[in-house]
Amino acid sequence: MPSFFARISLAFKLFFRVLLDPEFAARATRLETGVPVPTERPGAPPPLFKEAQPDAALQLLGLLQQEGRFVDFLEEDLTGVTDSDIGAAARVVYQGCRKTVRDHFKIVPIRTEQEGSRITLQEGFDAASIRLAGNVIGKPPYNGSLIHRGWRVSEVALPKVAPGHDIRVLAAAEVEL
Amino acid sequence: MSERRYSVGIDLGTTNCALSFIRPDQEEADEIVTEMMPVAQLTAPGTVEERPLLPSFLYLTHPDEFSPSDLSLPWNARVSYITGELARARGITTPIRLVSSAKSWLCHPGVDRRAAILPPEAPAEIGQVSPLQASIRYLEHLRDAWNHRHPDAPLQNQDVVLTVPASFDPAARELTAEAARESGLENLVLLEEPQAAFYSWIQSSRSGWRMQIKVGELILVVDVGGGTTDLSLIAVTECEGAVELHRIAVGNHILLGGDNMDLALAHLLKAKMVGQGTIDLWQLQALTHGCRAAKEALLSDPDLKTFPVVVPSRGSKLIGKTLHAELTRDEVEQTIIEGFFPLVDVTALPATRARTALTRVGLPYAQDPGIIRHLAAFLTRQAGAAGDLAGFREAGTSAGFLRPSAVLFNGGVFKARILGERTLEALNSWLQAAGSPKARLLEGVDLDMAVSRGAAYYGRVRRGRGVRIRGGAARSFYIGIESAMPAVPGIEPPVQALCIAPFGMEEGTEADLPPQILGLVVGEPVRFRFFGSAVRRADVVGYTLESWKPDELEELENVEATLPADGHQPGEIVPVRLRARLTELGTLTLEALPLSGPDHWAVEFNVRGS
Repeated sequence: MPSFFARISLAFKLFFRVLLDPEFAARATRLETGVPVPTERPGAPPPLFKEAQPDAALQLLGLLQQEGRFVDFLEEDLTGVTDSDIGAAARVVYQGCRKTVRDHFKIVPIRTEQEGSRITLQEGFDAASIRLAGNVIGKPPYNGSLIHRGWRVSEVALPKVAPGHDIRVLAAAEVEL
Repeated sequence: MSERRYSVGIDLGTTNCALSFIRPDQEEADEIVTEMMPVAQLTAPGTVEERPLLPSFLYLTHPDEFSPSDLSLPWNARVSYITGELARARGITTPIRLVSSAKSWLCHPGVDRRAAILPPEAPAEIGQVSPLQASIRYLEHLRDAWNHRHPDAPLQNQDVVLTVPASFDPAARELTAEAARESGLENLVLLEEPQAAFYSWIQSSRSGWRMQIKVGELILVVDVGGGTTDLSLIAVTECEGAVELHRIAVGNHILLGGDNMDLALAHLLKAKMVGQGTIDLWQLQALTHGCRAAKEALLSDPDLKTFPVVVPSRGSKLIGKTLHAELTRDEVEQTIIEGFFPLVDVTALPATRARTALTRVGLPYAQDPGIIRHLAAFLTRQAGAAGDLAGFREAGTSAGFLRPSAVLFNGGVFKARILGERTLEALNSWLQAAGSPKARLLEGVDLDMAVSRGAAYYGRVRRGRGVRIRGGAARSFYIGIESAMPAVPGIEPPVQALCIAPFGMEEGTEADLPPQILGLVVGEPVRFRFFGSAVRRADVVGYTLESWKPDELEELENVEATLPADGHQPGEIVPVRLRARLTELGTLTLEALPLSGPDHWAVEFNVRGS
């Protein structure tokens, strides 16, 4: 609650503003009589973009490295390396990363139809999960052929991290004594 | 017991632990649901994840090995040891700090199970732990994980069924119960693992099991875990119109399991990779994991001819340093199917090697990898096991082996279906030769979780809902008594075996008092040799064996009695009789009762090794 002196100061400010600003006076009347103030919409406020938290990304990178040697593989220089050597390493990465992803995410296709088949999109379809391409004109229902079935994560189960744990260490350096 | 409790089943395995439970509100339900508790555990430093199983590994950390916060669990800010997945992972590169197979050590009669001996051969600086302590650590982890999830229903207040191998001897059962008590689990009973698997089958068949098995049937349970093979036979009988189940025989303790198979393949591939570089312990472990996946793929898909196994280097270079080999179908069939599941005659005996006197103290692994040979030996040994069951279809004696009519497999090994089929094939060839019908396969158990699920189900059966397998003691027990004869140099005085507990003694009962009187010296520990027999079913308390065949009686750890001096003169000899009791919990206890007076003294199993 404002103090007595703060209230005196506020009362004077309001007194002059009510006198000079008719719009403000109208809002003050509504406040005084208890009628709710309709919120004004002078165009939607700019959306607040949120910064993605790096923790989960770092954690996933660490998991992919731990099981699938993901960072090791990306840090390799592949120039002049034979495909068979890449193949052997790729199996390590494939097996490990696949296990990591399957252990922590449940990934399901967005559309269950065969790719290449014709599908119809009714009005109100979710534009975020279905992307239109090509001859995009007219109104729904849209008929088209399914190029990619899409993927959606239906469940996420990421490990819990202890407070104080340095998540930026993707793989600790290893020293054998 | 006004408060309604969860029924919790804990599978304290050699390589993995699992916990299943039935909610209190399932008490009245017709089709009950067992749930599995995901176990939160460290999977990497500072990282806690829930996994279906808790690997039974304990890692004793060095103070400089982890930053302080990296070892915290949701219920414990700082621990000086790790249990579970991270323990296993760390132990691969630092084996001197890893405790594994604690359960096998817990039933190793050659070592002191209360002494800090694990990891064996650890440098003096590492504070070793006892097999008992390691078991306590795993149970504490499960308890804390449970209590963290169920703050209103602490595990200490629930009904807990803890499983043990059917082949566990009385001392190992007692140690397991002690580990549970030390972990604060009070409302506890023990259950044999093959029985638990069978309960799980009963539960998963819902009410259909009564249609699938009939009176007069004999069911063989083959439970091959990561480290042990456990065999049991269950007979289906009828009493006043109601179906009864009897566990009539259990096998010997066989330290042989799926880990041995994966390791055999890993060594085979290691030999193939020899030109590509050296393979360290870490890589051998990665190779073993790769082999397990390759084995399962090759054994489950008949069209697959080869399966690639890759082993990365430990350094950050992957390209050019990754070892690569292919496991072929022939190799898997030779190594696993022919090596571990050979089609042998029922008269085949597992090979045993004579023990050399000065062996390093290690686990008594099975000498013969042929699981089917162990099975043949078991059925032959137990030929007479069903003979005394009233109304039973036929005795096994005429064929020379006991003839099961149905088989239940349990354990991760049987995820490769062909291994179960192979076992069934061997069994059926024996049955056919004996003119008996083929045995059927009972299906539907979850091979990894059946034991803990069945244990939770048994907790409910104990409250009177559902059919109960009658078991009792799977052995008769004997005290060794040296006969009085003049000392002859170089000749051990002959030992007689006095039966003190009959075969099949039920939980919560006392054996009769044997008429024989023993003298105990006051104030001094007196030891007796102690024997068990899985085949002598007819011996009554007080019966004395003058001699026996080598495989008839198995010598167990000694038992030891110390009479306190109060009321007696030290050195005085007090005549006593020994009484055996099988507790509700499922452990055997022995008491020394003086001929007069109300006193009685506990006779303890000597688990300090001999």
